[in-house]
Amino acid sequence: MTAVLERETAPAVAPRGPRRGGARGRLLTVLLLGPVAAIALWAAFPLLEQGHWIALGVLAAATAGLFYLYLSPRHVPAKYLVPGTLFLLVFQLFPVLYTASTAFTNFSDGHRGDKRDAVVAIQTASVTRVPGSAEYVLTVATTGDPATGPLSFLVTDPATGRVSAGTAGGLRTLPPGEATVNAAGRVTAAAGYTVLTGGQAAARGREITGLVVPTAGGAIRSQGLTRAYEGRAGRAYDEGCDCIREAATGRTWTADDSRGAFIAADGDRLAQGWRVGVGLANFTRLITDPAVSGPFARTLIWNLIFALASTGGTFVLGLGCALALHSSRMRGRGLYRTLLVLPYAMPSFAMLLVWRDMFNTDFGLINNLFGLDVDWFGGAASARIAVILVQLWLGYPYMFLVATGALQAIPAELSEASKLDGATPWQSLRRVTLPLLLVALTPLLISSFAFNFNNFNAIYLTTDGAPFAADNPANGATDLLITYTYRLAFGGSGAQYGFAAAVSVFIFVIVAVISVVSFRRTRRQEEVYS
Amino acid sequence: MRTKAITAIALIALAAGCSSSGGGGDKPGPGSSPPAAGGKLVIWGDDKRAAALKPFADRFGQENGITVEVQAISKDQQTTFVTASQQGSGPDVMVGAHDWIGNLVQNGAVDPVQLTAAQQEGIAPNALKAVTFNGQVYGVPYATENLALIRNTRLAPEAPATVEDLVATGKKLQSQKKASEILCLQVGQNGDAYHLYPFFTSAGGYLFGRTANGDYDPKDLGVGKPASIAAFEKIRKLGEKGDGALKRSITVENSIATFTAGKCAFLVSGPWAVTDVKKAKIAYDVSPVPGFAGGKPAQPFLGVQTFYVAAKGKNKALAQEFVTNYVTTPELAVALYRAEPRPPALTAAFDQVKGTDPDLAKFVDAGKNAVPLPAVPEMATIWDPFGKAESAVIGGADPRTALSAAAKTISGQITS
Repeated sequence: MTAVLERETAPAVAPRGPRRGGARGRLLTVLLLGPVAAIALWAAFPLLEQGHWIALGVLAAATAGLFYLYLSPRHVPAKYLVPGTLFLLVFQLFPVLYTASTAFTNFSDGHRGDKRDAVVAIQTASVTRVPGSAEYVLTVATTGDPATGPLSFLVTDPATGRVSAGTAGGLRTLPPGEATVNAAGRVTAAAGYTVLTGGQAAARGREITGLVVPTAGGAIRSQGLTRAYEGRAGRAYDEGCDCIREAATGRTWTADDSRGAFIAADGDRLAQGWRVGVGLANFTRLITDPAVSGPFARTLIWNLIFALASTGGTFVLGLGCALALHSSRMRGRGLYRTLLVLPYAMPSFAMLLVWRDMFNTDFGLINNLFGLDVDWFGGAASARIAVILVQLWLGYPYMFLVATGALQAIPAELSEASKLDGATPWQSLRRVTLPLLLVALTPLLISSFAFNFNNFNAIYLTTDGAPFAADNPANGATDLLITYTYRLAFGGSGAQYGFAAAVSVFIFVIVAVISVVSFRRTRRQEEVYS
Repeated sequence: MRTKAITAIALIALAAGCSSSGGGGDKPGPGSSPPAAGGKLVIWGDDKRAAALKPFADRFGQENGITVEVQAISKDQQTTFVTASQQGSGPDVMVGAHDWIGNLVQNGAVDPVQLTAAQQEGIAPNALKAVTFNGQVYGVPYATENLALIRNTRLAPEAPATVEDLVATGKKLQSQKKASEILCLQVGQNGDAYHLYPFFTSAGGYLFGRTANGDYDPKDLGVGKPASIAAFEKIRKLGEKGDGALKRSITVENSIATFTAGKCAFLVSGPWAVTDVKKAKIAYDVSPVPGFAGGKPAQPFLGVQTFYVAAKGKNKALAQEFVTNYVTTPELAVALYRAEPRPPALTAAFDQVKGTDPDLAKFVDAGKNAVPLPAVPEMATIWDPFGKAESAVIGGADPRTALSAAAKTISGQITS
């Protein structure tokens, strides 16, 4: 890509003239645009199938735009900017917008699909066998071509051996002798019908499931490819009253489009609901519901402490190690460096689980080794100290690495000069080295803070939020906002995506504000020291 | 002009290459022809079951002239299934636990199945009851599982008749330095309602009341009721501030390992633990989980592994054929038993294997009092808060405070 663009830069800047470096550059453009076209085609068909016209339009416009951009010699800066912008849109902006829009809905278990899905589910779930009806043996047949001809159900009543043929029009008993039945009761041949083989029937599965043969007591439906039963739908949707009516009792459940559920007059609710917008309800619940807001504030405070302690602690320890190993009087520096980086080289996922087991009260290494009897994850304070200790162990090698790098970038003359001026090593560190280091490291510290603020694994894999106070099973002492949100959205108590999305929006806002403020301050700092 | 032609040709070639290779993946494009004559049946299960199912699925495919794909879902099977179903990329048949039913039904993810009277008679009655929800059968059960007391017979030759007996034996072994723990029952930092349930019921606690016809009644929540609080008083006495038989340091990860290491004489676990116990070459026996002296019988939960027909599967007729007319044959149940020994729910299959495996009958015996795990959607709200109350009480907290808070959280989630 770069090669092409660099070549094309020349004619764009220079007055228009003959194009240079044509063939190879062209080929590269083609090779890169090819996948774009392929992806666009691949994405287009499902959209076309499901009739998402707006999305299809956006896709077409974006693809056309890309082709124009890279096939025309103009708009050179855009050629550099567009790929990054596109990825930013797809991987950053879209998830944020999607989460934000989910936060305004009741998207959760029981409210996942649309109203039509709910109606279909309610009606299907209410089909029951007509009591005392026959259990038919089914043979799927057609009066035409096996692949396309109209379908018929040849059903054998095992009790009488009588064969009937059913279509959407109704059921007709075949005269004896017209159909040959095998020992299992399945029809092997029938006059005027072509019996479908298993594979042929399977290929038309959707039509077979859809075929309903009306009878006096209900309707004959297939149950698989070899059995049929006479059933009755107990509940049906009535468009007139926008309600579900139960045939046997006449009871109705009326659609409530603000809650996304069918609700009866006595407040009874059908389990199958649908997704509707609920406005700010999720946000107001977060703020006004005392069962949520009180613990939420406590969790937020602990979350800030955790992020600060993890980042600050690892930084201080990492920097300390880096300074110690920076001194040329130190021997065996290579070995120490290798040892220090070791925790960083281990997968944190596995290490967190190991640490969890090491903190076990009865079987854990830590209590056994030091002869302690501390209920580490049982008390709020000890559990918090434990997770911060684990973070410290996992995180300081990173800080050590970046600090070592930054230290080596500071010219040795500076500290020598300060030494000549009579500064103690401490003064030289505080007044010269540290400020210069911080200019380089502050952005890293901010991103480390943002990462630790949402450090899901650190908590989920060790304490899983424990300990939980006896009077509050929702927020644990070590819960971060993100583990709390995860439990809301995917935890045992049924998925509440809408509410979890609202919490995510809060987290996003908090992290964004902190980052913006810190970066502002960094910029000012840079102006002071540079 | 020449470059334009090259561009066009390259684009067409690339597009064709991509769409044909993409079509073979999980999202067949409209251009790709259906495999074999009659389409494809997709079955999802966990790793072990998927492997055991494979040969049978292949045979079913050959018999019907179709391709059958068995896919192993390693984690979060229920959530994955519901989400995938909703997006239209789910399977046709799902294998999973029966207590998912309530949630699957409220999300419209599974269809009821119509079994013949003969098929219903062939299934163990409690297993059939477990998969019945709102009067409909929602799947075909193939195996049951429940907790039992697994005992190290070298340490404890006699099966304890009551919890008190068990604690006394355990304490004696502790004082003789033969065992370090009284009982291996997983609790963990955040509790485990499933494993505690036999003790909870024996002490008189309950989760949901029953309606007149025996179904669970979500409107009668038992968690914060006096009977459950009284039950937790007894459990607290077994906890860390009492006998020390129940401890939060015994977790899902270490409970079986602690038992197989010989550190405790008693393990409360299910058929899945037997494989490890055998591997450790421990002399063991299986007996029912004991209840408190003078209490009610201890009732473990009965879990039923079930085949479901996905409501949004692409090939429902085939899925119904497989689940209702093929899974109900004993052969498949026996093969699945071999993959992971749990008592088959089909009586014919159970009779076939019970002679070869003495533990099986003992587990079924231990499950005689078992109650099916409630399949109501509301049950999902119970696990987490109940477990946390359990963990707090075992750590020494006041049962009334802990259970009232749990009950409040649960009812808040049920109504919202």
